Amino acid sequence: MMKSRHYLIFLLMMLPFAVKAELTIDVVGGAAQQIPIAVVPFLQSTGQQDTIANIVGADLRRSGLFRVLETRGVSNQPHEASEINYPEWSSIQAQALTIGKVESLAGNRLKVSFRLLDVYKQNQLTGFEFNIAPSQQRATAHRIADMIYQKLTGETGVFSTRIAYINKAAGRYSLLVADADGYNPQAVVSSKEPLISPVWSPDGSKLAYVSFEKKKPVVFVQSLLTGQRYVLANFKGNNSAPSWSPDGRRLAIVLTHSANSQIYLINADGTGLQSLTSSSAIDTEPVWSPDGSTIYFTSNRGGSPQIYRVGAAGGEPKRVTFDGAYNVSPRLSPDGKLLAFIKQGSGGFRVAVQDLTNGQVQVLSDTSQDESPSFSPNGRMIIYATNIGGKGALAAVSSDGRVKQRLSDNGGDVREPAWGSAAN
Amino acid sequence: MSKSLLVSVLLAAMLAACSSKAVKEAPVVDKTPSAPAVTETAKPAMADDSATTTGATQTDMSVNPLKDPNNILSKRSVYFDFDKDEVKPEYRPLIEAHAKYLVANPAAKVFIQGNSDERGTREYNLSLGQRRAVAVKKMLSLLGVQDKQIETVSFGEEKATPGCKDDACYQQNRHADFAYENE
Repeated sequence: MMKSRHYLIFLLMMLPFAVKAELTIDVVGGAAQQIPIAVVPFLQSTGQQDTIANIVGADLRRSGLFRVLETRGVSNQPHEASEINYPEWSSIQAQALTIGKVESLAGNRLKVSFRLLDVYKQNQLTGFEFNIAPSQQRATAHRIADMIYQKLTGETGVFSTRIAYINKAAGRYSLLVADADGYNPQAVVSSKEPLISPVWSPDGSKLAYVSFEKKKPVVFVQSLLTGQRYVLANFKGNNSAPSWSPDGRRLAIVLTHSANSQIYLINADGTGLQSLTSSSAIDTEPVWSPDGSTIYFTSNRGGSPQIYRVGAAGGEPKRVTFDGAYNVSPRLSPDGKLLAFIKQGSGGFRVAVQDLTNGQVQVLSDTSQDESPSFSPNGRMIIYATNIGGKGALAAVSSDGRVKQRLSDNGGDVREPAWGSAAN
Repeated sequence: MSKSLLVSVLLAAMLAACSSKAVKEAPVVDKTPSAPAVTETAKPAMADDSATTTGATQTDMSVNPLKDPNNILSKRSVYFDFDKDEVKPEYRPLIEAHAKYLVANPAAKVFIQGNSDERGTREYNLSLGQRRAVAVKKMLSLLGVQDKQIETVSFGEEKATPGCKDDACYQQNRHADFAYENE
């Protein structure tokens, strides 16, 4: 009886549940050249107020690459290509125009169609039609924004991706997964003891994280589909800093056994533990290069914490950062060309990037207690944890430093962000 | 108790321990009634106060030396400087007292929990807390405590009081603690 009740509580704890506090995102800066775009409210034949155009507009604006124009002053509000009066849109300086509509289908389905048009050339750039359940309108709006973004910038959009982060509120720690715009946060796991270091599996189906629920750090892996989880590493001492290999088969982790933090590799099912580094210093925060050949990590073997790299098959570590006395938390851009990390300087702890081809370092953030950088899947943005007004908050900065965002959560302290792939 | 008195009492206790001679009857710890070394370890904190010494007949938990506020064993924290893991000399008596307790109670197991202040990143601080725990463990080992009695873990900056503005506040968060199993 006791056992089954514990099991039930455990199950309840594992079930995703909706969380009230959503992240709200404010854009602080923008790209030098923003694309002016008009997004006309979609025609809703369902009788409801349109939300899709708002979400598409907000996504594009948040990226910092678009100037989303006010459309209410334009007398003609088209929903079909044939209804467009192009001079009206050139007169408000729109280069691109998005129109669309939502129609009811049989069986409680909706048909959402949209077109993206070039105002100067007066032709269609792209268009698409979705057959969806009514609950999928938000997700569809993100997919439309992704298609517009890709067509106009040539890059892959990240509006359909998700972020994982830790929220601390009322003495409880929750690992949350939300849409990239902060909506729809779902608790993956919740505990009275700290949760840190969540990382996405490369296919986006699982999260590895560190939980202190056993009164010491232990690494868990949890499926987002089923909510089921298993202990990846619970060796003597600390178990922490998980990082997935690009093929998802192994993880790099940090174990202490009876001494200092050292880096190990372990199969994703918890078997096949092998040692990667052995030093008398701190070796921690391993992360794989996108091609799987190299592991970057933080070590104070030279007297101060710096970033090093070592072959995934072992070998002699080589130092990577030289500028400054405290460089930690390495993360590789998806193309493997940029190293993002946390650098301590006169302004405090800030997000910096180092170009791995020429070694040039650029400090990107203007906040002062930054931690846990994480690249967006397209490499354009870096989300990180910081402190705003004495409280943990999330922020993001573009990898060229031009676009800055603040993500705030009224419900508590937020930290440890990890940017994941698109929701399936 | 003043520090100098504490130190002298400890020295006396150590000397007593060296000569393997129980100085005085002392309370018994939980259900292992005959652990002579415990009497020596438990002795110092009672030196200035006979009220807690009720004799060997007492078998309840009220005089567990680990819990006795008058016993140095109830003091559990060793504090560190920023980004450092060296144990400062002022904490040697505390560590020596715990070492004696652990040597005298080979079945006892202790977790050394390292902590850091909130500056820097969580994973690096987790490792830093671990270094502090290991530094304390090394001293315990030198004092004869068996490896299997000690597990070092770190909480990093997770237990730190948030919002510190000065080093006096940060300093309170840089510590390694003794936590006995089943406490």
